[in-house]
Amino acid sequence: MNPQSSKIILEMRGITKHFPGVIANSGVDLTLFDGEVLALLGENGAGKSTLMNILIGLYRQDDGEIYVRGEPVQINFPSDAAELGIGMVHQNFMLIPRMTVAENIVLGMTSLPFVPDMRKISNRIRALSEQYRLKVDPNAYVWQLTVGEQQRVEILKMVYRGAEILILDEPTAVLTPQESLELHDVLKVMTSEGKSAIFITHKMDEVMVFSERVAVLQNGKLKATLKTSETTPQELARLMVGRNVLFRLEKEMQEPGETVIELCHISAKDDKGLSALEDLSMVVRAGEIFGIAGVAGNGQDQLAEVITGLRKPTEGKILIADRDCTGKDPLGMIKAGISFIPADRIGMGIAGNMDISENLIMKGYRDEPLSSKGFIRPNRIIDFAKRLIDSFRIATPTPKTRVKFLSGGNIQKTILAREIDACNNLLVAMYPSRGLDVGATETVRNLLLEQRSKGIGILLISEDLDELTSIADRIAVMFEGKIMGTIKSEDADIEMMGLMMAGIPLEELTNDVFEKSESSTE
Amino acid sequence: MIPLITTILAITLRAGTSLVYATIGEIYTENSGILNLGVEGTMLLSAASGFAVAYHSGYLWLGFLVGVIVGGLLGALHAFLSVTMRANQVVSGLSITLFGTGLASFLGQRLGPKENSFNLAGISGPRLIAQPIPVLSNVPILGALFNQDILTYAAYLIVPLAWYFLYKTKNGLNLRAVGENPITAEAMGINVVKTRYLYTIIGGMLIGLGGAHLSLSYTPGWTDNITGGRGWIVIALVIFAMWNPARAVFGAILFGGINAIQFRLQAIGATIPSSFLNMFPYLATILVLVVMTWWETLSKRLGAPAALSVSYMREDK
Amino acid sequence: MRMVIEKRKSVSRKAIYIVPIASFVSALILGSILLLITGVNPITTYAAMIKGAFGSMHALSETLVKATPLMLTGLGVAIAFRMRFWNIGAEGQFVFGGIAGAGIALFFSEIIPSWLVLPMALVGGMLAGALWAGIPAALNAYLGINESLTTLMLNYVAVLFASYLYYGPWRDPLGFGFPGTARFPEEAWLPRIFGRVHFGMIFALIAALILWFILNRTRWGFELKVIGENKTTAKYLGIKISKNIVVALLLSGAISGLGGASEVTGISRRLQAGLAVGHGYTAIIVAWLAQLNPIAVIFVAIMMAALLVGGDQVQITMGLPAAVGLVLQGLILFPMLAGSLFTEYRLKIIRPDTPPSKERESEA
Repeated sequence: MNPQSSKIILEMRGITKHFPGVIANSGVDLTLFDGEVLALLGENGAGKSTLMNILIGLYRQDDGEIYVRGEPVQINFPSDAAELGIGMVHQNFMLIPRMTVAENIVLGMTSLPFVPDMRKISNRIRALSEQYRLKVDPNAYVWQLTVGEQQRVEILKMVYRGAEILILDEPTAVLTPQESLELHDVLKVMTSEGKSAIFITHKMDEVMVFSERVAVLQNGKLKATLKTSETTPQELARLMVGRNVLFRLEKEMQEPGETVIELCHISAKDDKGLSALEDLSMVVRAGEIFGIAGVAGNGQDQLAEVITGLRKPTEGKILIADRDCTGKDPLGMIKAGISFIPADRIGMGIAGNMDISENLIMKGYRDEPLSSKGFIRPNRIIDFAKRLIDSFRIATPTPKTRVKFLSGGNIQKTILAREIDACNNLLVAMYPSRGLDVGATETVRNLLLEQRSKGIGILLISEDLDELTSIADRIAVMFEGKIMGTIKSEDADIEMMGLMMAGIPLEELTNDVFEKSESSTE
Repeated sequence: MIPLITTILAITLRAGTSLVYATIGEIYTENSGILNLGVEGTMLLSAASGFAVAYHSGYLWLGFLVGVIVGGLLGALHAFLSVTMRANQVVSGLSITLFGTGLASFLGQRLGPKENSFNLAGISGPRLIAQPIPVLSNVPILGALFNQDILTYAAYLIVPLAWYFLYKTKNGLNLRAVGENPITAEAMGINVVKTRYLYTIIGGMLIGLGGAHLSLSYTPGWTDNITGGRGWIVIALVIFAMWNPARAVFGAILFGGINAIQFRLQAIGATIPSSFLNMFPYLATILVLVVMTWWETLSKRLGAPAALSVSYMREDK
Repeated sequence: MRMVIEKRKSVSRKAIYIVPIASFVSALILGSILLLITGVNPITTYAAMIKGAFGSMHALSETLVKATPLMLTGLGVAIAFRMRFWNIGAEGQFVFGGIAGAGIALFFSEIIPSWLVLPMALVGGMLAGALWAGIPAALNAYLGINESLTTLMLNYVAVLFASYLYYGPWRDPLGFGFPGTARFPEEAWLPRIFGRVHFGMIFALIAALILWFILNRTRWGFELKVIGENKTTAKYLGIKISKNIVVALLLSGAISGLGGASEVTGISRRLQAGLAVGHGYTAIIVAWLAQLNPIAVIFVAIMMAALLVGGDQVQITMGLPAAVGLVLQGLILFPMLAGSLFTEYRLKIIRPDTPPSKERESEA
């Protein structure tokens, strides 16, 4: 099918949305043709979900217009979107476990009679599930279903309500490879029947498989819209993560020291019980920044949790300074000298209602000089807080200001100050500059480099390839819980990393290069 | 023996009527995700105001109507505080109980006739009397079912209707969705705020009807603290019934029966201490809570609405 | 036009103080409307209440007597609420403490040295209160069972158990059928300071200071604060959440239990009907109005007690129902609950005719 020849069904023009302190979308234009799958690609926090939540009436744009079938529309409530034939399959399923599939599907429909005939509804669901290959029992309770089946219910729900435009928010994130293939078939059937879909993802390989066209978002702005057949995963990777180099950082050459942490054949499961890490081994040495690249959701969270004691590995060993620390709890890992800058700063890194000094002592409060014999010492805490506020240049009126009133950059500096001050072995930093402005990003990176020269081992988990190549010493690329390969950062090549992020192991890549060079010599 | 059983059953049903209305009211409120601990205060205030109006106007049904309206107003107050103002529902409900108890007691000493020094207590007013159904009421044991007042008869109908509405109609479906997951409900086009207001008010009205039944039929008349803790039994009953109106009947009969048996036992000088009998509902409720939470396969099917007492805010980001 | 409620970018510091005071004032205004409707002059009523609560040594003594159990249960509630543990079982913990105190006072004075009876009764009360809070705490921390429902149910179990005891096995054989135990032996009497004010008030003051110290000056208090504010952060910092909740609730119950033991040994000197008059519920209001600050609990408890005693006085002097005090207690909370929203949120009015960028924001 040639999308260009078919009609435009949906158009978003100049969509802008602010949240307190954050611009989630800024002047985004998006066009969707009849009968196509449009991939919406971008990193976490690029503004994909916000844009789609505006489209289905969960948020309201601050600026910009939406046209459906050429008509300007106001979408204030989800019911407005439903009337326009727009339906969304959320990443966190909008299902009620204690209700049946059929009840979930008709929930909230205005056209439903006062006493719905559930038999008739079930029959219609069965017919639709035949038609679209979405096999599911309408009378089963949702809590009895697997994740894949639940997703089918979500799609059925949209189809049942007559959705013509289907939005799928990272639909494969929760699926097994087999289920992903089935989803692909389902989308094929749907587009062949004239429905269109927007497919939100941050994985390039899915873009290539699922979509006809792809729109790339970065930092809330539309970066490019391309035909999938005319692009490559490498180009997409570059569009998605490539930023202008903001600044040059001084990185001194330095020989790494002893091993601070060694992971041997670690496996772990995620909260849903699916495999998240598979036989993963790596070593971080003192005075080294070891970068983990990769698209979010490929096991980075679980890797950090295993190292910080928040998650128990199912197999394998963790050695910290040659001592076996497998299965220690968070306190045990803290005592082993591990510091952690979590990805979810507000949710996990701070207590927003507590003041800055309290947030700064959260790691050190157990020991002298901040406390002794179980008592904390307010004067020393204030001195300590003032010292850290000064040396990390945290912009705050007083040490007694509540942290939630700081800017994002200063919240991150508060966490960094606390973690760096308490760190004497390994610092795990997850997406440390995500969402920060240029100045704060520079400060954060410089702080990490400073720690490196002090001989701390740093595990830097990031999606930002520029960040990794500019400050890491070695970079490993993660894909589906495995390391695709580890390279020195000076050898890092954005195209090669892009391919590894898409799931091609380093050996295969070097073989390819080898073969190519062989064939050229022939 | 059989006349004794018949009498006990009759008293049980009479005692259980106010419990049934209030429990169904609270079940509806809690199914929308709002925990209303103001039941005791609401019942008291409805009982006092209902009796006062019926006494002064001479119209029994006006008394019931006022009891229902007062219940609805207190429900609306709770909805305003916990839905719009996002107050802590536990604290908000308790304040309503404190306020309702205090105001009922105050009015009970102000709204009475002058010759009784403005006291409502100790006077008799209009009363809903039992209307035995001919023939049926003379059947041994089961006859107790047909020797009741009209509100008890109505309860026989209202319980299945309440069950049917909650589980078989569109509105019931939407209501349960709001209590289970307001975010999903909103995304499916259901107005969460409106739903929560509506069912907190309806719940309050039913609780008020239960309260008015005490002063206008069961007791009858006004005495301070006329509920004798029934409002709290209602909270226990809702859990005991696992938020299902049909099961509430069994709970109400069981708990009402404990009340009835206890008087008989005291009369015949039995040795089972009434305190232990009265403790039973509360202990049973704790047991139900433990089993329901602990036994995972059960907790997936039944149990408290998942969003109970969690406040909800749109676009909270 | 539509209205939305949005989070403030910075907390309104002033609102923290203004809201409780404004709540109190609006309660008085609402109360006077009510009084006017029923044909009573509110100003003379309030004046009589103030006089009745503070006007003489005797009045002051009665106010402090009523305030003492509110202080102790209020402190117990405050520490639990700080952990976001909705303990509404202070009533049961108070009563259970009273039962244990009475049991020791009644039956141990012949076995143990007389100087030990009172301390043991008080410690026994604390342990009993701790047990009564520890059960729901453990059920919540380890099984995830809703704590507000279990603590509520346990209140009734405790109250009914007490009534079983004083109607049944513990009833005074010489009491002419009066529902209550025999009077405790004198060595089990809690000394009085003046009037009927007993040492329980001193315990409350000490407990408030200790709690303040624990919460603000100890490592454990710091951990409790982190747990209350953000459980995920607490977990990541290596703080043991379940254990800390249980321990904090043992402390919470112990303080309420001490209140019960002090009440039976200091005032009634026997276990009798009238021990459970709802202190534990008023305590929740006290703790909430005090914004969970232990020092503020003391003052709020005195204020709430003054409303009750003042209410009793207007019954005597003006022939008005004593429930005036209760009504005012209830009325204070509504504006407070509604008002606390505005310390964290504000009302924003969006007019469709003005472009979003130029929205005017109105502070509510």
